[in-house]
Amino acid sequence: MMSFILRRLIQTLIVIGALSFFCFYLMSLMPGDPVDMMISSNPNMTSEDVSRLRELYGLDQPVYKRYLNWVSTLAQGDLGYSRTYRVPVTEILGPRLWNTFILSGLSLIFSLLVAIPLGVFAALNQGKKLDYFINFFAFAGISLPSFWLAIVLILIFAVQIPLFPASGTMSVGTDMTSFEGFFDRIKYLILPTLSLSFMSIGSFVRFTRSSMLEAMRNDYIRTARAKGLSRSRVLIVHGFRNALLPLITVVALSFSSLFSGAVITETVFAYQGVGQLVLASIQSNDFNVAMVSFMISVSMVLTMNLVADLLYGVADPRITYV
Amino acid sequence: MSEPLLQVEGLETTFFTKAGALKALDGVSYTIHRGEVLGIVGESGCGKSVTSYSLMGLLDHPGKVTGGRALLNGVDLLSLTEEEYQKVRAKKIAMIFQEPMTALNPVLTIGQQIDEQLFQHTDLTPAQARKHSIEMLAKVGIPSPEERYSNYPHQLSGGMRQRAMIAMALALGPEFLIADEPTTALDVTIQAQILELFQSLQKEMGMTVQFITHDLGVISEISDRVMVMYAGRSAELAPTEELFRSPRHPYTASLVRSIPVLGQRVDRLPTIEGVVPSLMERPDGCAFQNRCPYQTAECAQAVPPFTELSPGHFVACFHPLEAK
Ligand SMILES: Nc1ncnc2c1ncn2[C@@H]1O[C@H](COP(=O)(O)OP(=O)(O)OP(=O)(O)O)[C@@H](O)[C@H]1O
Ligand SMILES: [Mg+2]
Repeated sequence: MMSFILRRLIQTLIVIGALSFFCFYLMSLMPGDPVDMMISSNPNMTSEDVSRLRELYGLDQPVYKRYLNWVSTLAQGDLGYSRTYRVPVTEILGPRLWNTFILSGLSLIFSLLVAIPLGVFAALNQGKKLDYFINFFAFAGISLPSFWLAIVLILIFAVQIPLFPASGTMSVGTDMTSFEGFFDRIKYLILPTLSLSFMSIGSFVRFTRSSMLEAMRNDYIRTARAKGLSRSRVLIVHGFRNALLPLITVVALSFSSLFSGAVITETVFAYQGVGQLVLASIQSNDFNVAMVSFMISVSMVLTMNLVADLLYGVADPRITYV
Repeated sequence: MSEPLLQVEGLETTFFTKAGALKALDGVSYTIHRGEVLGIVGESGCGKSVTSYSLMGLLDHPGKVTGGRALLNGVDLLSLTEEEYQKVRAKKIAMIFQEPMTALNPVLTIGQQIDEQLFQHTDLTPAQARKHSIEMLAKVGIPSPEERYSNYPHQLSGGMRQRAMIAMALALGPEFLIADEPTTALDVTIQAQILELFQSLQKEMGMTVQFITHDLGVISEISDRVMVMYAGRSAELAPTEELFRSPRHPYTASLVRSIPVLGQRVDRLPTIEGVVPSLMERPDGCAFQNRCPYQTAECAQAVPPFTELSPGHFVACFHPLEAK
C-alpha cells in the first residue's frame, strides 16, 4: 500500500514536471514579454536599456535554462512576483485559491447530497413517472449552460426576490472571523454554488441511477433478499454499497473539473476566485501567476486521480495495491 | 408416509414482458414430505428456477405468480406480503444458488454475510453471531473457519464459496431448503465433494430439500423422489428408483433412455429430437406433442392433466407408457 502510494506520487511528480515544461514552453512562445510591455509603456527606452533588462530578467537565455531557473526558485518556495499586481504570487493567489476551493467544495457536497438520493430513487422507480421526472431534471441540468442558469438565479433570487446579493464574495469590511462574517460569506456563496452545482447534479444523478440499476441486477441482491433481510438493508448495504464503486472515480475527477469549471460562475457573480485570475493573467502575460495557477490545476487533477484510486481500493476489497 | 411439508398446486407464473405475457409456469404441482429430498429435473428454461423464486417471493420485476397455491405447513406462501416473507425467508425456507461466483456480495466478508441474517432474525450479540457463523463454516467443512470468516468472497475458491453459501443457508436452521443447481458451476471433483457434504448435512439435520439439477446422475444419487418438468409444467413425478426403472411419460422415457449408463454423470441433459417450444408459442394441448412419438389428435386439444396413475406416480400424458 505505502509503496503503491509512493510509486503513484513519483509518477505524478514526473507528469507534473513534464507538463510544466510543456506549458512553460508554450508561454514562452506567446508574443510579447514583460520587456516588450515596458517598451510600449516607455517610449524613451534605448535599445541598450532593452538588452540590459532582458539580461536582468534572464530572457536572453534559451527556454530550457529559463525553465530550470524557474524550477529552482520554485523549489525554494519562491513563486515569484505578479507582473500585473506587483505583489508576490502567493499573496494574490492564496485567498483566490481558497475562495474557489470553498465554492467548488461546497458545490460538490451540495450536488452529492441532492444527486445521490435522486439517482437512487430514479433507479428504484425505473420506468415510472418519478424516474422520467428525475431524468428530465438531470438532462436539463446537464444541458442548460451554467452562465444562463447563473443569470436566471440572479434575476429571481437577487432582483425579483432580493434574498441574496447578486454578486461579490463578501460584504466590504465584514470581520471574517466573527459569526456574522461567516453568515455573510454563506449569503454570497449560495447563488454561485447553486449555479455551479446544476451540471454536476445532472451528471451525478445519471451516474447514480445507472450504477444503482447495474448493482441491483446482480445475483447477490437475490441472495440478500433470500436471507430475509429488510428492503432497506438490501438496498443500502448490498445495492448502494456496490453502486458506490463506479461513482467514486466520477466524483473525485469531477471535483477538479468543478474547480476549473468555476471560471464562468465566478465571472458572472464577480466572485473573487482563481478562475477569473487565471484568465486575466494569461491575457496580460502575467507569467508567474499563470504558471502557478496552471501547476495548481494540473496537480489537482492528478491528485484527485490518486485519491480516486485510493478510495476505490478502500471500497473494493478485490483491489489490492502491488 | 409422513405428512407433506410443502404442497404446491397448479402454480402459475407469468412474466409481463413488453412483447406480451409469457407464462413461464403453467401448472406445476408437487408435494414434498418432511425430511425428504425431491429432485427436480428438466431442460434449461423449463422453469425450475422460476418455480423456486415463486415459492421464495423472489421473482424479478415483470414476473408475477398468477395462480395456484403453495402451502408450507398449511400456510399459503403465495399470499404472503413482502414483510411477512422477510420473516419466512432464511428462517423457514432458505435457498442455495447456482453461481457461487456471483451470488455472494463482493464487498462484504463471508462473516458479514452470514452474520447479517442472524441479526435480522435473532437477538444474538455480534460476538455470539460471530461464534455461530464460524461454527457453521466449520460444519460445512471449511478449513480454518476463523480466517475464512473475515475473508472476502474473491479470496475463496469456487468450492469453498459454495460451502460458504451452504453455511449461510443453513445458519438459521430452516426446515425447508431449496438448492438450485448448487453444483452445476463447479468442476467434477468439487461437485462430488459438495454433493457428499450436502447429503450428510441433510441426513444430520433431517432437512427437507428441493434439489434442482440438470444432471440425472446427481438426481438419482441424492433424491428420494423426482419430478420431471417440461416447458413450465409438471410432466412426471415418482419415487426415484421407480422413475428410472419405469418412466411413464414419453419425455421422461427418452431422457432415461439416453443416459449411457445409469448412475454416470452427464453435464447436460441428453438431447432429444426436436426443439422445446418457446413459451410464447406453447401449442394448445400438450407441450411435448411436436417431439412425441405417441402423439395423437387428442394431444393438441387439451393439456393432459397431472394424474396419479399408480400410488405416488403422477404423469401428465394421454398415452402413458406401460408400467414395467
Ligand atoms: N426476468 C424474466 N423475464 C422474462 N422471462 C423470464 C425471466 N426469467 C425467466 N423467464 C422465463 O422463464 C423461463 C424459465 O426460466 P428458468 O430460469 O426457471 O429456467 P430453468 O429451468 O431454471 O433453466 P436453467 O436450467 O437454465 O437454470 C425461461 O424460459 C424464460 O423464458
Ligand atoms: Mg435455473
